[in-house]
Amino acid sequence: MEPINWHSVFFLVFALLACGFAVAVLLTSNIVRMAFYLVLSLAATSGLFFLAGADFVGAMQVMIYVGGTLVLLIFGVMLTAQGPFISMKTSAGEWTLGIMVGGLLLAVLLQAATSIDAWQPQAVIEGDARPTATRLGMGLLGARVDKLDEVDPVQRGGMSGYLLPFEIVSVHLLVVLVGSAYLARPKKRAQNSSWEGLK
Amino acid sequence: MAEFLKQYLSPEWLAYAIVAFIHAFILINIVAVGALVFIWLERKVSGRIQDRLGPTRVGGKFGWLQTLADGLKLVTKEDLCPKGADQLLFLAAPYVSFCASFAAYMALPFADGWVGIRLNVAVFFIIAVIGLEVFGVILAGYASASKWSLFGAMREAAQVVSYEVPLGMCVVVPVLLAGSMDLITIAQMQTAGAAQMGWFTHWYVFNDPFTFITFWVYFTCATASVNRAPFDLAEAESELVAGFHTEYSGLRWSIFFMAEYGSMFAVSGLAALLFFGGWNGPLPITHWLGLADASNPVLHYAGNLLGALNFVGKCVFGVTFMMWVRWTLPRLRIDQVMTTCLKYCTPLAAAMFAGAVIWRFLLPGGLILPSDQGLVREAHTEIQAAAPADPAAPAAADASEPVGDRVAHVTPQNELVGAGRGTH
Repeated sequence: MEPINWHSVFFLVFALLACGFAVAVLLTSNIVRMAFYLVLSLAATSGLFFLAGADFVGAMQVMIYVGGTLVLLIFGVMLTAQGPFISMKTSAGEWTLGIMVGGLLLAVLLQAATSIDAWQPQAVIEGDARPTATRLGMGLLGARVDKLDEVDPVQRGGMSGYLLPFEIVSVHLLVVLVGSAYLARPKKRAQNSSWEGLK
Repeated sequence: MAEFLKQYLSPEWLAYAIVAFIHAFILINIVAVGALVFIWLERKVSGRIQDRLGPTRVGGKFGWLQTLADGLKLVTKEDLCPKGADQLLFLAAPYVSFCASFAAYMALPFADGWVGIRLNVAVFFIIAVIGLEVFGVILAGYASASKWSLFGAMREAAQVVSYEVPLGMCVVVPVLLAGSMDLITIAQMQTAGAAQMGWFTHWYVFNDPFTFITFWVYFTCATASVNRAPFDLAEAESELVAGFHTEYSGLRWSIFFMAEYGSMFAVSGLAALLFFGGWNGPLPITHWLGLADASNPVLHYAGNLLGALNFVGKCVFGVTFMMWVRWTLPRLRIDQVMTTCLKYCTPLAAAMFAGAVIWRFLLPGGLILPSDQGLVREAHTEIQAAAPADPAAPAAADASEPVGDRVAHVTPQNELVGAGRGTH
């Protein structure tokens, strides 16, 4: 008997889970159940990342996507609990638009998937060669350690890494945070001026 | 272990399946039996604090079978589902909560190499997964179709989402000191480099004053994020009947409690690993017994067993501390909870993070003892060998400046630091 490739088996399990829950998101009309299925689908996707040995990306997926959808769920509950918006009706136009966009993406993905020669996974590298997030982190800090071994001087360009884009993104996020705090602040009544007038 | 079993079992996958089953069985039982013990302990601790005896009769002297009797009672209760509830979500919510709590144990090491999956981002993974426990609580609160449940769930959501921020900042400080997010590496870094001793002075909590305060901020935030008193607003039995689990009964209710005690143990374990040296005890007992040698498998296994006991002991201590806090402090109001998080914990965590970075930059060897760098230790022994008149303990008596300068001209890493200080 040919040995079973357990990596592929687990890949299929996680992929089926992710796809199944994604379909469930489409088929249900209750907004909280949608968010629930979406969380499960995204968690199965993070399982795929762990299976591929990309621990950092998998943990990121759990943190950002699953956690982010969690906040979405909270707002879904807060805004719609027991209200008239609890079930969403999709019109025919929305179905058409969705099928068009989704079909285009599916076509691109299928084309990419079928263009790969063999689906056999590479042999697992034994020892300490597991991919780590160190290079990525160093790149974000402004040192491209992966380019140190490059002999070609043209290829060695961009040694400064991603520090500037990283900083721009963080400052942008800070601005967004400050702006939202400004918008959400309690409105102060103009009491001080009247106080001045009384004096 | 899988390699060992493979020699005797004909299909290879059977060996892996058995090994995976054994590991999962052990971990599940740590959570389940742990919950049994902790519920009994909680009753005893609360009894003693309130000048009572707690359970005394079931199972002999200390009432240690009380939880089992409770469990039997819960199993025989009817599994109710309210009329207006969203049935699927109502039934699934306890399991979601428990899965999130249990997933943290996959990456939580109990001793050197004794871990479900050794992730190189284990800290990050555990923080991400612990935050998901609130998912089950929100689902329970929403699906119960009860006002009390919904109130409790919304409070819990606001609380946990806010406390994730300072919690993450506190966790970054030991990661920064160790230079790794791998929990096993972080714990090993607290054994004082090449000597592998493991005195408590090498724990990160005593590394510098900033990490000491960071630990307390971490513990506050961890208590809040696992929904324990004084942050147990989601249950708040004096206002909300029982909060998010008002409508639950029987076994599903107890699964919520198993999840709660499971995450209490997990965050205590994370605290032990990040700040208290993991399985490296206050005294280097494994080193004295000669069990720290990794080359001999039997001795190493015995050392790991002692280390795992040590680690579990630290976790139990953390959980007991949480119980002590619970029965001592009154419950906060929701605005006080938010104030504690946003006005005190977050700025404190940020300041401690900045302080730890500056400390690391100016005093890489540490003030009391060179904590984790073999190079710095060697430098110190060289200095002491060169100047025998100098008393052996350079540490506490010396001010920070001489230590830094004496180390600075010896190791290359510290030359950089010295140069940096010169330019400032």
